[in-house]
Amino acid sequence: MTTADYDQASLPDLLPLYYRRLFPFSQYHRWLNYGGVTKNYFQNREFSFTLKDDIYVRYQSFSTQNELEKEMQKMNPYKIDIGAVYSHRPNQHNTVKSGSFQALEKELVFDIDMTDYDDVRSCCSGADICPKCWTLMTIAIRILDRALRDDFGFRHCLWVYSGRRGVHCWVCDEAARKLSVAARSAVAEYLSLVKGGDETVRKVVLSDPIHPFITESLTVVENYFSQYALLGQDILGSKEAVDKVLALLPEDILFLCATFHMIFGVHSVASLLAKHALMKTAFFNQMTAKKGHYFEMEIMLQYCYPRLDVNVSKGVNHLLKSPFSVHPKTGRISVPIDLRELDRFDPFEVPTISLICEELDQPKTEEEQDDNMENENKKEAGERRKMRDYKRTSLAKYVKLFDNFLEEMAHSRKGEVLKNSGECNLNP
Amino acid sequence: MQFYSRRKKLIGNSQTEQLYGHCLQFYGQPPIENISLSEFETFAVDRLKLLKTVENLGVSYVKTSELYTKKLDAEEFLPGLNVRNCETDEYEKRRKDHISHFILRLAYCQTEDLRRWFIQQEIDLFRYRFNDLPSKNIGQFLQYNNLHYHTISIDEKKKLMDKLVTSSFAVSGSTVDGKDFYKVPFQDALDLVRTRKVYLNGGYVYIPHQDIVTIVLNDFRTRLSKALALTARSLPAVQSDERLQPLLNHLSHAYVGQDYSIQKSIGKISLEQIDPLSAKSYPLCMRQLHRGLRDSHHLRHGGRMQYGLFLKGIGLTLDQALQFWRSEFVKGKVDADKFDKAYAYSIRHMFGKEGKRTDYTPYSCMKVILSNPPSQGDQHGCPFRHSDPELLKQKLQSYKVSPSGISQVGKDSGFSLNHPNQYFMESQKLLGGPGAGVKVEVKREDNPATKPPNPSPHQTPGPGNLPQEVAAEITEDLDSFFQDA
Repeated sequence: MTTADYDQASLPDLLPLYYRRLFPFSQYHRWLNYGGVTKNYFQNREFSFTLKDDIYVRYQSFSTQNELEKEMQKMNPYKIDIGAVYSHRPNQHNTVKSGSFQALEKELVFDIDMTDYDDVRSCCSGADICPKCWTLMTIAIRILDRALRDDFGFRHCLWVYSGRRGVHCWVCDEAARKLSVAARSAVAEYLSLVKGGDETVRKVVLSDPIHPFITESLTVVENYFSQYALLGQDILGSKEAVDKVLALLPEDILFLCATFHMIFGVHSVASLLAKHALMKTAFFNQMTAKKGHYFEMEIMLQYCYPRLDVNVSKGVNHLLKSPFSVHPKTGRISVPIDLRELDRFDPFEVPTISLICEELDQPKTEEEQDDNMENENKKEAGERRKMRDYKRTSLAKYVKLFDNFLEEMAHSRKGEVLKNSGECNLNP
Repeated sequence: MQFYSRRKKLIGNSQTEQLYGHCLQFYGQPPIENISLSEFETFAVDRLKLLKTVENLGVSYVKTSELYTKKLDAEEFLPGLNVRNCETDEYEKRRKDHISHFILRLAYCQTEDLRRWFIQQEIDLFRYRFNDLPSKNIGQFLQYNNLHYHTISIDEKKKLMDKLVTSSFAVSGSTVDGKDFYKVPFQDALDLVRTRKVYLNGGYVYIPHQDIVTIVLNDFRTRLSKALALTARSLPAVQSDERLQPLLNHLSHAYVGQDYSIQKSIGKISLEQIDPLSAKSYPLCMRQLHRGLRDSHHLRHGGRMQYGLFLKGIGLTLDQALQFWRSEFVKGKVDADKFDKAYAYSIRHMFGKEGKRTDYTPYSCMKVILSNPPSQGDQHGCPFRHSDPELLKQKLQSYKVSPSGISQVGKDSGFSLNHPNQYFMESQKLLGGPGAGVKVEVKREDNPATKPPNPSPHQTPGPGNLPQEVAAEITEDLDSFFQDA
């Protein structure tokens, strides 16, 4: 049993405990400080808090990790959002001459929300998710992560579970943080293939030539398609569902399907399609040999390709939910996702605040007592206790993930410094 | 201070060569000569007329298409400051080009909207002129402006051959072999990245020599943007000159036209009137939004902005707006409390009562069409641009537009851009009193990227692209519909 029952009403009791003993402040500060390379980077960062009774406060900023801790422990925010690094301290923005207070840098972010897929998922809708449709998130992460790394050359992408129905990506490379609004918008457009609102039936339109990015993305989709769409979502399982698929086909292909239907009957068409046989028969291939027919790919993409909200990624000053923030409706912590174990990630196994608070009360194991002895001499009491605390809970492995991520960034920074100072020793 | 152009010619070619070494320029250095007021005014007005033509052509036609180029070739104010193919060394034209650009900077640097407009048109003009350059002049231009983009080796080209060919429509195997490819950081080639027209790897794009124009344009945009910001800061000094102030104001208002932020009819609309008004006098996009709001008791952010500002433009007061939105949202999943906390703020923001207190202006058609396209679950946007042709046809039918009006498509008709609030006002004028028919301007959807690429056996009706006679026909039908309703 990995989730204690969570009740939103108990947040006022759980949050103080969370912020006092579990929230990984040291790692959090290490992250946002980015090695202290740029002066005042942490101090000029905007945070926003949503407090009890939906009170929302913006332009929060802090001088040190300690100040951040004290404030959060005092306010016990229900939600925490991270904004941009500004030209001045956000909490003093009113004292700055109008026009001079500017958002300068921020991580490049992406927000994938399951509700954007409502037109193509049959198992759930709205804020609900289930293991069947969660595959969409897996596909999204694989496709986007590959593109951000291989195509754009970004190396530090932190993927985080949003706490309810989606995932966020924080691209933390220096080059990413310095991107302009236009650049962010261009990156988001490059990554967008599904376009159109309720009024658009055919949301993916491909034409020659097929860009390598699309080919790569399709490879990922094809890996998951049979299991996810044909079996899980059963997109050919009912007349209604089949009609939705057929609505995406060009007219002459529809004509073909109608002909087959007349000859073989409804069920045969569905099962043929399901086995991709129809699409692979010589007859069919002959008919579709005409250039420009990519409907098979378009259908798969429309059902599976990631749908991102360009507006979230565009703005340098856009505020996004912070990692390790609590989701008030579900109680789940926004934890980093381990890409090495991506297919095994289960959003329903993510620890809730009630669970980890409960785990805090459990008696120490022998193992932990030994650890404690070792650390006794190294750090001051408060920190020691904090380190012990989250390690005792299900939160531990996620903080470790975060640590690894931060280590990699630190390593990169060192590499940059060496490169720039020309001290790289290739042949000792 | 008067200084006649005749005297300028005496100064001699050496200086002019230095100043205008190339027929095309980035406008890096401001002019330092003196000119007469009348020349000041003529230069500015001529260039403005040119830019307005550029704007109109840019919405009617794809900017790199032959039709667009032909139309711009024929533009009357172009020869005054441009030489085709950079053929000759005409000093007077280069001078006019230079000076007129800087004058317009003064007029268009003041607000975000003006700057954005000016930059967009200048870029489009620059693109047209750059594409006109013969290739040796391109190399010269790059050199002249210190743009160092490095070419990739033959080995690397071989390795990347497949990827290069599949990334770009214009690139074939022989192109890769024969031409130079430049490796450019992706931040310098955003337009190509955005539209996926280029091979991108490790943060670099690989561009064939002939596509360097896009890179150059980005550079131009960045420089111009920075320059305008600087100009805005030194503007007070210029504006204090009484001779210039009226002219500069006139120039910038000539573009903006009416922005419908000053509502003469404020408070004259009651909430009960909104439903019937939506059927009679709303343009299609707003009707759709209103419908969506009534049906699902909710609209997403994009829809709230577009519709909310429109309502402000037709005369709703802040209190009325709050009442209107609250009563609708409360019927849905939002309780009054939550509405006051989450949504009321943004409505007050629209009216300039929160945050930096900007009194936002209702969106023009250009803005609706070009910014923030709708995605899944959204209701905003322009139905003539963003909707499926079939659905649009059905919708127009249900609003009783005649079938012949709908089926006319593909014709090359000119039109003038409009504003949803203008549609409303014209329509109200018509219903309120006698007079000429309402002009139904219909937006043309001509962006090939959004059209389905496969041709159908019969002509598929497309989003409105209506020649004059048909527009008149639709007008008639809509008139009678208004009378019947």
